[in-house]
Amino acid sequence: MTSTLIYLCGGVTLWVVGLHALLVQRHALRRIMAVNVMGSGVFMVMVALASRDAAVDPVLQALVVTGLVVAASATAFALRLATADPLDKNEPERK
Amino acid sequence: MIELNTWLCWLSWPFLLAGLFFFLAGTVGLLRFPDAYSRLHAVTKADTLGLGLLVVGLSLRSDSWQSVTQMLLVWLLVMASGATACQLLARYQRDADRVDAKTHQEQPSDAR
Amino acid sequence: MPAELLFDLTLILLLLGLAGAALHTRTLYTSIVLFIVFGLMLALTWARLGAVDLALAEAAIGAGLIGVMLLAALARSAAEPNTQPARVPLSISLLLAVLVLALLIRAIQPLADSNSVLPALVDTHLDESGVSHPVTAVLLNFRAWDTLLELVVLLLALIGVRQLGRSGMALPPAWPLLRAWSQMLAPLTIIVGGYLLWRGSHAPGGAFQAGAVLAAGAVMLRLAGLLPAIRWSRWPVRALMLGGVATFALVAVGTHWMGAGWLNYPPGWSKQLILLIEITATLSIATSLTVLVIGENEHPTP
Repeated sequence: MTSTLIYLCGGVTLWVVGLHALLVQRHALRRIMAVNVMGSGVFMVMVALASRDAAVDPVLQALVVTGLVVAASATAFALRLATADPLDKNEPERK
Repeated sequence: MIELNTWLCWLSWPFLLAGLFFFLAGTVGLLRFPDAYSRLHAVTKADTLGLGLLVVGLSLRSDSWQSVTQMLLVWLLVMASGATACQLLARYQRDADRVDAKTHQEQPSDAR
Repeated sequence: MPAELLFDLTLILLLLGLAGAALHTRTLYTSIVLFIVFGLMLALTWARLGAVDLALAEAAIGAGLIGVMLLAALARSAAEPNTQPARVPLSISLLLAVLVLALLIRAIQPLADSNSVLPALVDTHLDESGVSHPVTAVLLNFRAWDTLLELVVLLLALIGVRQLGRSGMALPPAWPLLRAWSQMLAPLTIIVGGYLLWRGSHAPGGAFQAGAVLAAGAVMLRLAGLLPAIRWSRWPVRALMLGGVATFALVAVGTHWMGAGWLNYPPGWSKQLILLIEITATLSIATSLTVLVIGENEHPTP
């Protein structure tokens, strides 16, 4: 039972927790949080794989940094989509 | 010099343990106190003191003055931001309590 | 080393508990606060696993900015109806979860012992990359395409948010302590952001972390009422947002025309090109994240 194995299993469990919440919950904000938790699970698996050797793997860490920013952008868009008012009539013109 | 380093390491243990104790006390207060004001009181005071003791303990173990200065600056920043957040939260809670007290004016209320 | 394993096990159990609590608490506000705490614990986990750049980015973006976005979305959304029946019965979903978990753990166990050839490869070529920190070298030189496309993804999210954005935030007048504190913290965020950017070449740091800290400072100033509304229609905002992608794309085209290939930096120029790209990318990321969180449209409704 090495430290890497603990974090690998932890990441996978986090992913499954997010998936379960995605199946069970109904509110849009909770489901967006569940998808974020699933993403964090994937990141944990990748970072655990990066820390396997004595010299940490920079490629996997760089990929996770990229993934984090992409996940934040997607979350912002998803939150706007989830809470947009369909009867919003306040855009007469756009520049 | 080797003796000084080991002696400093031994000396840092009481500070680290005391810091941990204060963090634990603050968390117990957060979970067990009845209302928002006492919870804020417990968390802010105990956590700041605990962090300060941890900083002292870690400074005794560190090997450069730069890291000691950085840790002290971090502690000052945490103290200032903790105090500000505590005041803002308490003020928000007081306004919410006043609104609650106004809407329950027919019953004697013990809002603070 | 059983002490380290105990620490790791405690950390994982705490993370799982926080995630479960954040997703299944009754009140949505408590959920969001627990989610922010989960983000901070995750930052601690990344630091424990040796991914310090990731810890900085997670604390700033994952816990900070996503938390603010969730709270803003909560303010915009309708009241949550109580106790709806779940889409899938609880027993079936738990059974499914346990089965999937068992399969995945069985699949992932062999990976714990294998090794990767990539760290050695990165080390041998680190001197030619122009920076001395491996993660920055990978982000801005060896896998520069990924970073360019990531900036494009950020831009796409901004375009999408702009199409849907409401106009105007109804901000209450800020209390004096909040204003004073924001005024004190603002120069500190600029210093920390600049320091993180400069530091990225030889130690954990870099453009994304610096941009996220600057965005956090800007959001705080706006919420305290000290900054005017950040509108897409203003040309400085657009110029800053597009500057990162534009510079990166220009460098890519330039290296294709006059150099060895797309984003193959010429040997003597790596450091300068990386610095140029990082500075414009930091400003671009800061503006983009600020606009994502608190951007407003042109015509506020009465």
